[in-house]
Amino acid sequence: MIENRPLLKILSHLILIIGVAAVAFPIWITVVAASHDNDRMTQLPLPLWPGTHFFENLDIALNQGIWGGDGNGVAFMLLNSLIMAMMIAVGKISISLLSAFAIVYFRFPFRMGFFWMIFITLMLPVEVRILPTFEVVANLGMLNTYWGLTIPLIASATATFMFRQVFLTVPDELLEAARIDGAGPMRFFKDILLPMSQTNIAALFVILFIYGWNQYLWPLLITTDQDMYTIVMQIKKLLEGGEEAPQWHLVMMTSLLAMLPPVVVVVFMQKLFVQGLTETEK
Amino acid sequence: MASVTLDNIQKVYPNGFKAIHGVNVDIRDGEFLVLVGPSGCGKSTLLRMIAGLESVSDGTMKIGDRVVNNMEPSKRDIAMVFQNYALYPHMTVYNNMAYGLKIMGLSKSEIDVRVQAVAETLELTKEQLSRKPRELSGGQRQRVAMGRAIVREPSVFLFDEPLSNLDAKLRVQMRLEIRRLQERLGITSVYVTHDQVEAMTLGHRLMVLNEGNVEQLGTPIELYERPASLFVAGFIGSPAMNLIRKKVSEDGSSITIADGIELELGNTNLKSHKGEDVMLGVRPEHLELAPGADNALPLTVTLVEHLGADTLVHGHFGKDQTDLTLRLNGVQSVKSGDVLPVSITKDNIHIFDLKTEKRIDL
Repeated sequence: MIENRPLLKILSHLILIIGVAAVAFPIWITVVAASHDNDRMTQLPLPLWPGTHFFENLDIALNQGIWGGDGNGVAFMLLNSLIMAMMIAVGKISISLLSAFAIVYFRFPFRMGFFWMIFITLMLPVEVRILPTFEVVANLGMLNTYWGLTIPLIASATATFMFRQVFLTVPDELLEAARIDGAGPMRFFKDILLPMSQTNIAALFVILFIYGWNQYLWPLLITTDQDMYTIVMQIKKLLEGGEEAPQWHLVMMTSLLAMLPPVVVVVFMQKLFVQGLTETEK
Repeated sequence: MASVTLDNIQKVYPNGFKAIHGVNVDIRDGEFLVLVGPSGCGKSTLLRMIAGLESVSDGTMKIGDRVVNNMEPSKRDIAMVFQNYALYPHMTVYNNMAYGLKIMGLSKSEIDVRVQAVAETLELTKEQLSRKPRELSGGQRQRVAMGRAIVREPSVFLFDEPLSNLDAKLRVQMRLEIRRLQERLGITSVYVTHDQVEAMTLGHRLMVLNEGNVEQLGTPIELYERPASLFVAGFIGSPAMNLIRKKVSEDGSSITIADGIELELGNTNLKSHKGEDVMLGVRPEHLELAPGADNALPLTVTLVEHLGADTLVHGHFGKDQTDLTLRLNGVQSVKSGDVLPVSITKDNIHIFDLKTEKRIDL
């Protein structure tokens, strides 16, 4: 459809610009606020342009934290979040690849039954089963561990279902050719199926990394030891300054740090991500 | 090098459908056997059973002296070329060919020697070897698929309609190449196709399959000259054989073709079909124009196809307007509406029993 009406063009651009501004402006304010010192942030009007204290604030946020805190900063929380997100993404992908492989390529009793059982877990995210899951994790002694943080989130069906669909598009002849070439099941999986699902794996990695990074409720419940806190949990705690006024420059700097890794992952894996979601030809 | 022996091979699917009703054939060492038939006749199933991709329900299958009924495909010493090539899309052409050898456990240098040799045979350039399959044309992919089979140095080649994805010109060219290659390498080959021209040109022997039954097994010329059943008669030859239903005379010595026109056959096996209807078959190329002959059929022409080298004339004759096609050499100035005198000679006819659909030898 090609339309050439100037008024419509202006209007649609206006709407787009407003949309972009609505998303981008808060982020801009975060960047600006993170680059001023505490004094400037308590004066009105609030600044709209970056200041000169960015790296100073970065150092404080990472290594010292807010006044009255324990002087630890959030660097270790970034590391915790990174480990958690990576474990969730890698764990989920590995388990899903193997279970999808079993469901698509092997004939075993109750195969479809198992598939539907896995599929039904889509309806049971952690939030729904949070108390029983907490009970299980606590009884297994996994409170305040990376395993406790990640295992309940790894078990889910989305990725299994997606890989099943990917494997179903792989032509049967490839399996037959591989059998004639003498490749056993695991060899076929490693040499043919994995490389062919590369872009899908990358796309899923991006989604799952962000999913893992953004976890809030579950880490909040499972960690009592400050060493295991994640960065997303910390954002809320930053505002619990008690008597003191919030230190906006550090709050914003920490938010910025929490936002950054998912953005980096998306930017660097964008090409593979798009391919993985759109490519259908095998 | 090996022979392939099928002894009463049957295939029954779990749902009870019987795809193959007992096939017996002894494929000699170095022979090129073509399995041919319409789609759904079981030819691909039979090939896949030889390959080990489908289980054998009953019977004994041997490759060389070994019974292979329950042997893994990779242990059978075979190689297969698939209809859609089934090349590994993420591997280069070189790796596609080397993959099987790698699994066999050959050394890198040995693999390289073999792959390079095959690439040379198939005229694949060094540059093409490092490409991915999707960067190649259909014909080149076809070559790579053949290369992947040859490089294994198998005792038996299996081809599953390898040319059906190519355009007509390339198909003819690759057909010749496959034939030459097979003759040079002398490897026992089984080839599946639904194209009877491909079957006739490639095979030392043809096996015509219909609904899981072997209709006939023989050399291309045997099938052409002495089709064993109505099915084979209609299937082999292009344009197809004229098959017309006619009555045998009361004394069994002739067939009534049209009012007053009798085809005298003399004292033959037809005596046992006195007064019955039979199916009379004549190939279009065996009908002749016979101006002035007293038993010529007056054929009213309805359609003429000019092919250059031949002219196909379609028409009908007699009260019941029996359809007939004839093939005349060269360019002929015939047009629809003409009436041509056509003669059927008894040397070039085939007669089939209507009930059993089998050939009646005269």
